[in-house]
Amino acid sequence: MSKINEMRIDFMALPENEAFARVAVGAFMLPLNPTLEEMEDVKTAVSEAVTNAIIHGYENKGGMIRLSAELDEGGVIKMEIIDCGVGIEDVERAREPLYTSLPEMERSGMGFTVMESFMDSVTVLSRPGHGTTVRMEKKLGA
Amino acid sequence: MKHTIKGDTITVYLSGELDHHSAESVRQELEGLISSPRVKNLVLDLSRLSFMDSSGIGVVLGRYKTLAKRGGTVAVREPTAHVNRIFSMSGLYQIVEKL
Repeated sequence: MSKINEMRIDFMALPENEAFARVAVGAFMLPLNPTLEEMEDVKTAVSEAVTNAIIHGYENKGGMIRLSAELDEGGVIKMEIIDCGVGIEDVERAREPLYTSLPEMERSGMGFTVMESFMDSVTVLSRPGHGTTVRMEKKLGA
Repeated sequence: MKHTIKGDTITVYLSGELDHHSAESVRQELEGLISSPRVKNLVLDLSRLSFMDSSGIGVVLGRYKTLAKRGGTVAVREPTAHVNRIFSMSGLYQIVEKL
């Protein structure tokens, strides 16, 4: 499937950039004519991945996050959210609904579950000490 | 935060976006509003909440825990379609009534 557009943004791991990342992806995917629901699904998934990078990947100490996205001809959006933080020891456990390493911070442990519900596929690549990449894909108009 | 109190029930009107960035201040404001032991029940009016992610689930769950200790409840009304999906998906409607 051929690529019709691609973008990459690097931004600091700050909570105010969660909204920035959502808006950027929302604007980027407009050429695919998403429904309001599809737009919200993708924005929510991005929000979850960026929040994870800030509070888990970088443990609120800051760093840089890369958001890259690609639009394909068949109405597919592919995204990657990459951090160079602490990484995830046990990805399978992290993806379990309601699992959180930070219960005292009122984290619901539903981040990955939200991403999985709203996107067609979610792949997590992580190496402790090196960082985490979350790769997500969704076909619009499906 | 706009709110109205009637008897032992406080209705709070949330607006804008509820994500990790805004969650801490929303949490603190809500805790402040329900700190009076006279308040037993919290109703969240979500009609003007345009975005919520899983950080919002944590905020609602936390207030539920506070009020449940007092025998109180949390309910929501008029969530947008998007916010409603987050509530349904997370199972929040098992403990939070939709009015």
